[in-house]
Amino acid sequence: MEKILTVNYEKCTGCRLCELVCSVKHEGVSNPSKSRIQVVKWEDEGRYVPMICQQCEDAPCQSVCPVGAISRDKEFGFMKVNYDVCIGCRSCVSICPFGAMNYNTMARKVFKCDLCDGDPQCARFCEVKAIEFVTADKVSSLKKREGAARQSAAGKQALAIEERA
Amino acid sequence: MALDRKIAYIDLSTGKSEIKPIPLEVRKKFIGGRGLDAYLLFNNAPQGCDPLGPENTLIISGGLLTATCASATSRTHIMAKSPLTGLLGSTNMGGFFSAEMAWADFHHLVITGKAEKPVYLWIHNGQIEIRDAVKLWGKSSTETQWAIREELGDQEIKSAVIGQAGENLVTYANVMTGIKNAGGRTGMGCVMGSKNLKAVAVRGTMDVKIAHPLEALEFNKKFIEQITTAKVNKTQGTLGTHFIWGATNSWGGIRTRNFQFNQMENADELEPESLDDIATETMGPYHMTGCFGCQVHCRAQYRIPSGPYAGIYNEGPEYTSFGAFGSEPDCNKAETVLTANYLVNQYGVDNLEIGSIISWAMELYELGIITSKETDGIDLRFSNADALIEMIHRICTRKGWLGNVLADGGIPASEKIGKHSFDYLIQVKGMNNLHSDERATPGLALNIATSSRGSDHLRSRPAIDLYHLPESVLRKIYSSPVPYEGPLSSDSMEYIGKPWQVFWQENCYMAVDSIGICKYHTTFLGATLPNFEDWPRAIYLNTGLELTPKDIWDAAERSNNMERLFNLREGLTRYDLVKGDMLNHRYFDEPCLRGAPDVIGIMIDRKKFDVMVDEFYGHHGWDKEGVPTQATLTRLGLEQEPTHLL
Ligand code: SF4
Ligand code: SF4
Ligand code: SF4
Repeated sequence: MEKILTVNYEKCTGCRLCELVCSVKHEGVSNPSKSRIQVVKWEDEGRYVPMICQQCEDAPCQSVCPVGAISRDKEFGFMKVNYDVCIGCRSCVSICPFGAMNYNTMARKVFKCDLCDGDPQCARFCEVKAIEFVTADKVSSLKKREGAARQSAAGKQALAIEERA
Repeated sequence: MALDRKIAYIDLSTGKSEIKPIPLEVRKKFIGGRGLDAYLLFNNAPQGCDPLGPENTLIISGGLLTATCASATSRTHIMAKSPLTGLLGSTNMGGFFSAEMAWADFHHLVITGKAEKPVYLWIHNGQIEIRDAVKLWGKSSTETQWAIREELGDQEIKSAVIGQAGENLVTYANVMTGIKNAGGRTGMGCVMGSKNLKAVAVRGTMDVKIAHPLEALEFNKKFIEQITTAKVNKTQGTLGTHFIWGATNSWGGIRTRNFQFNQMENADELEPESLDDIATETMGPYHMTGCFGCQVHCRAQYRIPSGPYAGIYNEGPEYTSFGAFGSEPDCNKAETVLTANYLVNQYGVDNLEIGSIISWAMELYELGIITSKETDGIDLRFSNADALIEMIHRICTRKGWLGNVLADGGIPASEKIGKHSFDYLIQVKGMNNLHSDERATPGLALNIATSSRGSDHLRSRPAIDLYHLPESVLRKIYSSPVPYEGPLSSDSMEYIGKPWQVFWQENCYMAVDSIGICKYHTTFLGATLPNFEDWPRAIYLNTGLELTPKDIWDAAERSNNMERLFNLREGLTRYDLVKGDMLNHRYFDEPCLRGAPDVIGIMIDRKKFDVMVDEFYGHHGWDKEGVPTQATLTRLGLEQEPTHLL
């Protein structure tokens, strides 16, 4: 079954280790600007949201590509760029709603998450499990559980406040 | 390789800068970070220079492994001659600054001179620009950071800045980065202020090459496991650094009411767990945040629950804030600690120093040494939280007679106040103590007395001493990488063997500060954490540099001696209460009054303490005055200093 990367930004500590390991794995260098995952931060309120490619079913990057360079990898299910065909027009970069298609100014190439060929390093290194690699059907049940847990915690808290008052 | 990051020499008087590489031989001698900073300071700052004069040299650096694929290596180190102590100034902070600086191509910035009007440095992918900061002057530490991002149009910029305390030359002003990363000790923010340097902003998108990337990645995974499986780090990762406050307090190791007691009573609200209930959005598994690449994530996120700053987001409060704004002034409301913690982060002032100095003033007030005349009518008694908060404002803005006097630091203030006020000042080398009470732990007392930057708990603290580990475990840790067969004791109340532990930790932390790692990722609070034996592989895989554990040890010892030479040059003498390796008399004369049965009645034995210092000097190869012997200097290759290799 196809697995996907899920993000629970509430768990993210903002450490950016995911950015680091992604760049080391793919480029052999430490350079977050070459990472396929990027953590967007609002430091003044302590909110961090890791942004990754959603490997969209109906992928805008694929539809916008004028030469058909983007297609789904059969084995791992991610959207991949065929560099023999890609003309570097960067249409995919501007259309991706998640900013997940990137551009390397030195190599003059677009690049994106390839799920590390089935062993995503970002998920592997994220100690708090803000990023997880799970089968698609698990995602919604995971989210349900988390949502329910939040509701029940809020309920308990409200009760406690009432009791105190 | 990762080692091609450079040094920039920036003269704010002329506006000129020069960029130089770091030769490999210098790397091997001083590694990087704090070690290399010590070398640069000794070689660049003229002897006897005015800490607030243009000739003082401010050095900002990242460590050897900063921005590489080794976990938690983003400590930023800052060094200069200290305006607080007149000796070595040195401070270390977490966050994301030094990693960004490495991606911008630099490991060390050596800043001299003084700008005519407020400026900030803008460092971007190898380029250095001095920019106008007139509009930033007067802004708080976070306002400054956000304003720079706006001005330069890049939200990824990281800045090391000063707040109003640094502008007003409070001698213990911080350098800040992010919400709460504080380069707190010894007044490095004051040095920045004296240079009219409001901020250093960095942004980099350059590769830091990794020597053996895939192997480095795998090795890091193992390293991380070693770090995250340590129980102490799990606790820190959910409660924050003050998790230890409660335990230490109940045992009797927390300084209260300046130095009158060693335990705080009625402190329930200050327990880490109760804080979780009081502050909104705090603690708990989902509300922790960390530095670059760190899995310990030791800082809690919180919103101030009530009072004039209710609802404001902040991070921390660290162990030190609980002492500085809780136990020392004997204020037992969590709101006080959270509010004060927020204020010191915004003003950019050392929490520990300001809390300690206000508590000292409180004792003086209760003794009648200072009166309501000097306080402008403020009722400066212990437990008066409003007075504490008001004094923070006054010191940072130098308002009122007392605010202005206390802003100069403990020793100058004691000279102005007179009347034996100095006797009550709990300081070493002009820097006030942490809130911990070391009378029952001679090893820790030796650590604060001999630390190169004045009273300090992060320089050579054998903190694992408190765990009463079996002697065999201690022997394993402390006999490597150099063999040690002398005495060691599992009893933290003992004097025996402690000088070696302090000496060993001094080298260990120098290595840690030079590599650029956080102390929670080494033998600080956990005996199983990485150590001299573990670093060579991380260094090799990331940088290609081959070092043995002994090489790292030697470099650390060399760097510690550089710091010692600097202090001796600036006037350190062993028994001097102002500039020496000495403790306040209260350690020797006043017994502990509270705490566990074995703590009550205890104090430091003057004779035994003196023997410890002798022994400690002996391990270093220093004479009875604490001066490195010729043989020691020759052994470490320091006999020609200053050598100006850079
Ligand atoms: S590794 Fe995990 S915790 Fe760290 S920034 Fe990435 S998603 Fe957040
Ligand atoms: S790059 Fe963007 S558009 Fe393309 S699949 Fe990924 S998230 Fe969707
Ligand atoms: S799955 Fe791999 S390529 Fe994709 S973001 Fe994570 S580390 Fe990068």
